[in-house]
Amino acid sequence: MSNSQTPAPGTPLLEVKGLKKHFPIHGGILGGKTGNVFAVDGVSFDIKRGETLSLVGESGCGKSTVGKAVLRLYPITDGEVLLDGRRIDNLSAGELRPLRKRIQVVFQDPFSSLNPRQKLRDIIAEPIINFGLASGSELDDRVGDLLDKVRLPRDAMYRYPHEFSGGQRQRIAIARALAPGSDLIICDEAVSALDVSVKAQIVNLLSDLQDELGLTLLFISHDLAIVEHLTHRVAVMYLGKMVEMADRKTLFSTPHHPYTRALLSAVPVPDPTVKRQRIILRGDVPSPINPPSGCRFHTRCPFVFDRCKVDEPQLRDVGMGRMSACHLDVVPDTVPEANRQAAVAA
Amino acid sequence: MSTTTLPPDGFTPAPKLADVLPPRKERSKLGMFAYRHPTIAVGGFMVSLFVLMAIFAPLLWTVDPTALAPARRTRPPSELYWFGTDMLGRDVYSRVVYGARISLIVGFGVAICAASIGLFIGLISGFIRAVDAVVMRIMDGMMSIPSILLAIAMMALTRASVENVIIAITIADVPRVSRLVRGVVLTLREQPYVEAAIAAGTRTPMIIIKHILPNTLAPVIVQATFLCASAMIAEATLSFIGAGTPPIIPSWGNIMAEGRALWQVKPYIVFFPAVFLSITVLSVNLLGDGLRDALDPRMAKRI
Repeated sequence: MSNSQTPAPGTPLLEVKGLKKHFPIHGGILGGKTGNVFAVDGVSFDIKRGETLSLVGESGCGKSTVGKAVLRLYPITDGEVLLDGRRIDNLSAGELRPLRKRIQVVFQDPFSSLNPRQKLRDIIAEPIINFGLASGSELDDRVGDLLDKVRLPRDAMYRYPHEFSGGQRQRIAIARALAPGSDLIICDEAVSALDVSVKAQIVNLLSDLQDELGLTLLFISHDLAIVEHLTHRVAVMYLGKMVEMADRKTLFSTPHHPYTRALLSAVPVPDPTVKRQRIILRGDVPSPINPPSGCRFHTRCPFVFDRCKVDEPQLRDVGMGRMSACHLDVVPDTVPEANRQAAVAA
Repeated sequence: MSTTTLPPDGFTPAPKLADVLPPRKERSKLGMFAYRHPTIAVGGFMVSLFVLMAIFAPLLWTVDPTALAPARRTRPPSELYWFGTDMLGRDVYSRVVYGARISLIVGFGVAICAASIGLFIGLISGFIRAVDAVVMRIMDGMMSIPSILLAIAMMALTRASVENVIIAITIADVPRVSRLVRGVVLTLREQPYVEAAIAAGTRTPMIIIKHILPNTLAPVIVQATFLCASAMIAEATLSFIGAGTPPIIPSWGNIMAEGRALWQVKPYIVFFPAVFLSITVLSVNLLGDGLRDALDPRMAKRI
């Protein structure tokens, strides 16, 4: 699909190394910088061609910021983003523009991600025109083909977004993302705003398109049930850091990191007879303006011990292909009595 | 669906829906629009009435509004002088009808100028941080002066003419429009469709033209109608205190200013231009109100 120079074999399509994005906080009379929001603080991952990597975590953990940083919707603070082994985070806007056609995005809210004053044809044709890929009647054909791909009627191209439902609009957004012949599509909570039945349709559409076009997906979501259905690998984020990364089966069957376990135990199971132990985390997510020392999860971790408060764990292999950022080699199944009492007292 | 089958025994056929429901009113397209947006219809109709009155002023049984007739001054309204005559014997009816021209020219002129300048400044400062910091502080400074006072100060610097009145009121109104546009631009540029356009490789000028500008137009049009109404009042105020339209050109403001001295004995000289001004401002405001409701995308597509 890519027509640029062929990268060395085995090079991942997208590589993110030590990505940091800090948003400055302005305050005071003169609007000077008074602090930073450490939205993303050192995240690394890679995605192979044709693979789906899911980025999961609760809201505010920085997963959307990673997506937008990869899209270069804003400059990153530190780290590297490589597309086919080539750095793209330090390119100028002009140098980056031709590469933009390879990375496209589908946003969460299908109502604000389409310009209400443009017809579908203009929405979908915009990237095609920008990259000079087609014009005239060829352009109409291409838009029609894209509408076929997302299973919308061809004559929809002469209508406005408000004439469509949420699920249909998300199909339009997917068509736009496919339009420039992109390799990587970042789905930023792409199905979170949809009804359950529509959600399933869109997820199925995405995996069909992936098979058909060899797409690579970076799927950003908080919905683990959906993620389990369509992903190859999962990366779990907490407060701007990656806490665990593993392939789907391993992560869902034998999660390592205590946070991942808590997250998984919160996924509703559509069977009322299933009884299971739920891990209830205490307190709120700490502020990313002033993140906790050591392990960022130590304020809420049921298995916390002294080292967690001072020493920040790095992602490391903990067996079975899992990368986890936890000091414990084996996380026990039950919470130690001392910690439980401390949590109750708190 | 329309094929009628015989009912089984013991059942009477249900009445057809068409017989139960009240007949659907057939409305023309224009009628449908007026039915949905009554304020636009009423406001628009009245504004166009005033515009026609201003354009066809010479045909509306008027005489020369500046013709003096000292022998027939301060006549009360009669069959000959519908609105009476002023202290110089000029026909108040003719003066009021011709005065509509000034009010409407000033109103529309200010609305168009202030809206386009404000749109331009707002778009630029909404997109370029450095410009924003400087320009918005200037606008803040201008907004701290009451706009009518600013307009009076402007008029004091130049000679009285209709163009200068328009310029003075425009300068006083621009900060409000640019603030409005800047606010809209700041929210629009965070919209996912703008971010998607950036990701799709659209250049900044095209983003402004295709994605930002069309979505700022609705609030600007609404604001422009309100500016139009307030500019008419501002013009009348300036003329009333003698800082506006030169006295040789009849405008509602200066007709009232001249009639002010005789207000207690000959109230009709002030009354008629005041009524016309009020009705015009009311109808422009009605139009603006209706447009605000109709152009709001959340309310636009109700069935």
